[in-house]
Amino acid sequence: MPLAVELRGVTFGYRRGQPVLEQVDLAIEQGQFVAIAGPNGGGKTTLVRIALGLLEPADGTALLFGEPALGFSRRATIGYLAQRSQLGVEAPATVREVVSAGRLATSGLIGPLRRRDRAIVGESIARVGLEALAERPLRTLSGGQQQRAFIAKALAAEPSLLVLDEPTAGVDVGAQETLAVLLDRLHRDLRVTILYISHEFGAVERFVERLVLVRGGILFDGSPHDLPGAWHDPSHVHV
Amino acid sequence: MFESEFMRLAFAAGCAVGLLAPAVGFFLVQRRMSLVGDGIGHITFAGVAAGLLLGVAPLATALGAAVAGAVALEWLRSKRQAVGDQALALVFYTGIAAGVVIVSAAGALNVDLFAFLFGSILTVTWTDLWVVVGLAAGGLTVLALLYRALSGVVLDEEGARVAGVPVGMLNVTVAALAGVTIAVSMRIVGVLMIAALMALPVIAASRIAWSLRSTILLAMAIGVGSVLVGLTVAYYGDLAPGGAIVLVAAGAFVAASGVRSLRHA
Repeated sequence: MPLAVELRGVTFGYRRGQPVLEQVDLAIEQGQFVAIAGPNGGGKTTLVRIALGLLEPADGTALLFGEPALGFSRRATIGYLAQRSQLGVEAPATVREVVSAGRLATSGLIGPLRRRDRAIVGESIARVGLEALAERPLRTLSGGQQQRAFIAKALAAEPSLLVLDEPTAGVDVGAQETLAVLLDRLHRDLRVTILYISHEFGAVERFVERLVLVRGGILFDGSPHDLPGAWHDPSHVHV
Repeated sequence: MFESEFMRLAFAAGCAVGLLAPAVGFFLVQRRMSLVGDGIGHITFAGVAAGLLLGVAPLATALGAAVAGAVALEWLRSKRQAVGDQALALVFYTGIAAGVVIVSAAGALNVDLFAFLFGSILTVTWTDLWVVVGLAAGGLTVLALLYRALSGVVLDEEGARVAGVPVGMLNVTVAALAGVTIAVSMRIVGVLMIAALMALPVIAASRIAWSLRSTILLAMAIGVGSVLVGLTVAYYGDLAPGGAIVLVAAGAFVAASGVRSLRHA
């Protein structure tokens, strides 16, 4: 079985001579729940964008499920939750309309959703516990409920890889805990590979199988139990 | 009012414009690009001027300029060739400057320029009407077919891109439709104010709507209502129709905000 994500000797910089990442090697097996953390500006989002084939490394190789990430042929099976600032949470959309957008890549661009797609949308809403709020406008929900709606959107793609970029930003502590428990349950139920990107490990630390700490390169890659005590707050990592 | 043929033509063309402009504008407003229509309007003015200079129907040259300008604007934005609103500023000022230079070169500064800038109910011909209705029907059909895809991009452009949805193609389609809308609307509303008819009904509708679908439908209803009321006021008050239509749309926003406040009271 190919690795879900594989980076070999990846180097990347937005400006010549100023690499954000240098000689990064990373291998993530299918079905793993991995947190990728590090201080802001440390290169974690860049690393994931390279892994997803959205950026081309200056040097090295990025593979997704064994294929070159840049030309990956099964993009529709990637469920992606963008950073909150990039989501149209202010648009007057209902939860069901948001989640339906998750079927876009698999159901084709033209015309209404088919019955099977609508059923998957309903299942995804139920998985995150928002059935009762399915017809409510997103902007009337709390930050945590909005994030659960966007996770349901990512689930609607029936993903083999679920990528969550700063999912807890702007969400209160209670909702972060709910989100972490939800992700743990989804991981166990669906056996989907989850990449959880954040500037802090937060509530997911006790659920993930593996922590990857990024700052210009990979500073730590292993079990949460082996993480040096001072690094449990990745925003204060200094090398 | 309807004994005059020009009023019947203006109302018919106005209904088409009132439906199309907010429907296209919805996808711009939700992507926080409400002012893009203004930039394209300025480029369209240059197209009108080119038509006057070359002795070609201004609608044809305006259509070409509007679509080309809209696609160029989208390209500048997507390739990050200009930061923030710089792309808009570039298109805005280049368009209006080119329009003024070309019009003066054509010696046409006193031609019915006001009609193009601010709209005129006297200028719609049968040919214009068929072109406007045909293009509006085509535009609305494209929007209906791609509604789900365009809404998906509005909600999560990055997520759609990661999933392999052709986001660039969809954004260019919206830009091209915005160009078409502005070109076909200039007779009624005028190039300087058509952007308002793309944005204000959507902003008003989103105050009281409960879903994406209800927003776009309400916005189209407000758009048509604004055109009908605005044209009537313009006829009886001998006013520029563009201004009257836009003020009615602005009034719809005030009314929608009032309804929203009452609901939350």
